[in-house]
Amino acid sequence: MPSPIIRIDNITKTYGPLTVLDGLSMDVMPGEKLALIGPSGSGKTTILRILMTLEKIAAGHIEVDGEQLYHMRKGDSLVAADEKHLQKMRTKIGMVFQHFNLFPHKCVLDNITLAPMLTKGVAKAAAEARAMKLLDMVGMADKAQSMPAQLSGGQKQRVAIARALALSPKIMLFDEVTSALDPELVEEVLNVMRRLAAETDMTMLLVTHEMGFAHDFADRVLFFDKGRIVEEGRPEDIFRNPRQERTQTFLRKIIAAGHRV
Amino acid sequence: MIDWSGYIGLILQGALVTIELTLMGSALALVMAFVAGLGRLSRFAAVRALATVYIEFFRGTSIFVQLFWVYFVLPFAGITLTPLQAGVLALGLNVGAYGAEVVRGAVQAIGREQHEACVALNLGRFQRMRHVILPQALPLMLPTFGNNAIELLKGTAVVSLISLTDMTFQAQVVRAQTGSTLIPFATILVLYFVMALAISTGVRWLERRARRGLDGVRA
Repeated sequence: MPSPIIRIDNITKTYGPLTVLDGLSMDVMPGEKLALIGPSGSGKTTILRILMTLEKIAAGHIEVDGEQLYHMRKGDSLVAADEKHLQKMRTKIGMVFQHFNLFPHKCVLDNITLAPMLTKGVAKAAAEARAMKLLDMVGMADKAQSMPAQLSGGQKQRVAIARALALSPKIMLFDEVTSALDPELVEEVLNVMRRLAAETDMTMLLVTHEMGFAHDFADRVLFFDKGRIVEEGRPEDIFRNPRQERTQTFLRKIIAAGHRV
Repeated sequence: MIDWSGYIGLILQGALVTIELTLMGSALALVMAFVAGLGRLSRFAAVRALATVYIEFFRGTSIFVQLFWVYFVLPFAGITLTPLQAGVLALGLNVGAYGAEVVRGAVQAIGREQHEACVALNLGRFQRMRHVILPQALPLMLPTFGNNAIELLKGTAVVSLISLTDMTFQAQVVRAQTGSTLIPFATILVLYFVMALAISTGVRWLERRARRGLDGVRA
């Protein structure tokens, strides 16, 4: 049995008086495809943001790929991680955002090559060759010279996925990546992710409201409510026979709102 | 009948001094604007405090007083400047303080999501600023920088008070020598206006360049 690539141990996250995550613990195995579902404000996006070091935690420990994320060893004791340690840990993780967050002043190709050239010292030619391969994979090779403002939402999101992949992370975080898209553009992004799941052994964490996609994509589904994991299991169990009442209520509401399962 | 060509030549010599002051003052103001503007965003409290003191002091006191200090008071501290050096220093520091707030405002106007994308791509603090934030903030700064440069141009007239022979100073000389008020003052009116026009045209050109691509039109 391999050891987990992510080990979240009793973490707490608060915004002022509001507790977003309340003593949360969970493990993710290497290569696992995880779907995090639940009502807005249940803390699922916060977990991704914490793993990407965009939010600090109030208490608890997180281990990524065998190393502490927010702490580092100094002699015998664990101390808060410094920027250098965080930078090292971030090389293991990539993230795709709901609103794409492409750099509007750079063309598609430069969006992708910027980070590999700056953070890994990859030569321009090599970075561009790899970027073109990734663009080809997401079906955007013909838009390499376009500016982000010229692209549709679905195209922007596919570029954003290629940009995150360019750093070859072991773990990819997808934060509601289709929520900001027009309905007819959702499928092209989901197709890219299906391909990615099929062709790589990357660990993937997905926060989504697309229950049908979560069902097909995930090895394991976690249902969150009020900062805790209420129920988890294989997608067929969670979606067909949810045990907890809160899960049942949530899924009923989602189906009533027109999402397919 | 007055021979105007010599007098106009005098005013044009003054115009050169005014242009020189404007260019060098603007260069210093630009440097100070970025140093103090980014200083106000520093994670170190001491740097933020220093930048704030500079900005508030130079915005809060008159350019006349600043110029007099630089030219007449600094010598007591052992620093003696030529009128041109004093003029550039006072104008640059004064306008730079205004520019610093422009830099800070523009940098802060770039959304949090751009910073987060940089973190997710593991760019360092300097790399984020250099490659992502400043290139997007620059087009936001330019219109106000243009304003500031024109203000600086018009502010150069105060240096006549420390005996620098700028355009305004020369116009007064011509007026005293010829007794004509209309011609020297009409001449400098036109010259100031043409210089200001050159500045706004230049800034608009820079703005177009800096915005290239951002609105979906690939140049």
